[in-house]
Amino acid sequence: MSARTAPRRFLTALQFALTLALVAFLVVPVVMSVLAGLTVNYFRGVANGLTLRWLTEVWSMYQGSVWLSLEIALATVCITAVIGVPAAYVLARSRSRAARVVEELLVLPVALPGLASALALLSVYGGFGAFRSSMWFIVVGHVVFTLPFMVRSVAAVCASSDLGTLEEGAASLGATFTQRFFTIVLPNVRPGIVAGALAVLTLSIGEFNLTWMLHTPDTKTLPVGLADAYASMRLEIGSAYTILFLLMTLPFLVAMQWLGVDPAGARIARRVKTRKAAQNETPGVTSTSVEPA
Amino acid sequence: MHDLTFPLRTRIALIAPALAVFVAFWLLPLVALLQASAAPDGHASAFAAYGAVLTNQRYLHSLVSTIVLSLAVTVATLALSTVSGLFLARHSFPAKRLMIALLTFPLAFPGVVVGFMVIMLAGRQGLIGAISARLTGDKWVFAYSVGGLFVGYLYFSIPRVIVTVMAAATKLDASLEEAARSLGASPWRVFADVVLPALRPALIAAGAICFATAMGAFGTAFTLATDLEVLPMTIYTEFTLNANLATAASLSLILGFVTWAVLALARSMTGAAVAATA
Repeated sequence: MSARTAPRRFLTALQFALTLALVAFLVVPVVMSVLAGLTVNYFRGVANGLTLRWLTEVWSMYQGSVWLSLEIALATVCITAVIGVPAAYVLARSRSRAARVVEELLVLPVALPGLASALALLSVYGGFGAFRSSMWFIVVGHVVFTLPFMVRSVAAVCASSDLGTLEEGAASLGATFTQRFFTIVLPNVRPGIVAGALAVLTLSIGEFNLTWMLHTPDTKTLPVGLADAYASMRLEIGSAYTILFLLMTLPFLVAMQWLGVDPAGARIARRVKTRKAAQNETPGVTSTSVEPA
Repeated sequence: MHDLTFPLRTRIALIAPALAVFVAFWLLPLVALLQASAAPDGHASAFAAYGAVLTNQRYLHSLVSTIVLSLAVTVATLALSTVSGLFLARHSFPAKRLMIALLTFPLAFPGVVVGFMVIMLAGRQGLIGAISARLTGDKWVFAYSVGGLFVGYLYFSIPRVIVTVMAAATKLDASLEEAARSLGASPWRVFADVVLPALRPALIAAGAICFATAMGAFGTAFTLATDLEVLPMTIYTEFTLNANLATAASLSLILGFVTWAVLALARSMTGAAVAATA
């Protein structure tokens, strides 16, 4: 048997080495950029001394972009929640063909490259001066792009919790639709809303492809400012600005890790209960960031 | 089935706001874009307009090189992520949670930041250049070439694909592999005949998303400003520098069509929902 397991062990070691290399590939440049943002002169090396000068400089130059990005992300998440949650609920509860078509339609903006969506928006609304130069122009682009993530996340929870039966029970006791929606549907789909909202927030804060086309000199978001700084400022400034971006997205990322949401697909944890059960059955197999769909 | 608790009128009222936003700010603009692309001056029909764009040497070169680059990135990402995704799904070790967290955290990076990470690695003051200068005396700087684009696209693709592979790998039936092994199959045979076929749907889905994302990636190319002009960059320059909306529109629609077709193809092959985040 040992002659058999030896090559397997070797292969496992290789796999481990590759995984480590991938982690290094992804993490090392981030660490370097953080260090570069804190060193006096990156060209001469870290040993030359650390400073917060670049960070304060970036803050005074670009703090507007941080606030604007936060405002846009908040507006986007509010709008997607208000229009997306009812839509997801209907789509999850309807078995009709029309519902499936609408579902397909709503996802289309995610499949189209952001640049194309932005050009399309510009060609229709580019002439409306006040709208074009306000932050709402960017919000609109972000809403269309992030809506599918909210809808998908909420619809998944709707489908997994037997809302139909619960509602029937409430309806038979005389609850009106409004009562049911606010006391049964919303509390039950809360995990989906939270997961969707986190995904929408991170997507909106990091969105560049659409935003670069939609922005005006008065509406520079964080990624737009980053592109600016990378192109025209010294490396230390670009790095310090990257630190700012990392600090801003970190809370959302930690929250997502904690809740088991992945930032790209809004793949949401089925329910905390089932997850715990799964972990008890097969310890070590279930990972925290990936939920079996 | 008639559902008394949920009349049609309520359904329509609940879905109307989302549909209205979608129609007003995506569908309608897209139709306008289609019109803009099909009716440039000097061309008799939409067909002729698209023909002119596709036979233009520069645009065609940009389209083909973008497709080739995206394909290469997809293949490399799938290979690397399968090996390490399987490993992470199968083995438990102390720092595993941390490793997965580190592997997935670049998911939230916009393309511009990814471009900057490539500069950190392979730029003029980059790590690879410093190491190679010490080892060989030659400073390797490839951030601003095709190599830089490739590395950047790998950077944002690997986290996405690893997540999918891990999710699929945890659902594999380990007893099948046990059986194959007990019948004398080598590790490679077990992988090729048992594991890979089981992972196929997940790999197709992840590969399609990876390809679509790479096709539409704009931020990374923008930051690196490479000599290779990928299609999104071509669209951007046509629109901003040459103020040529018609060409920019038709190129965007061609780009959109290619990514949509790949995603649709993957979906018909796997039957699962495939969606991209560009």
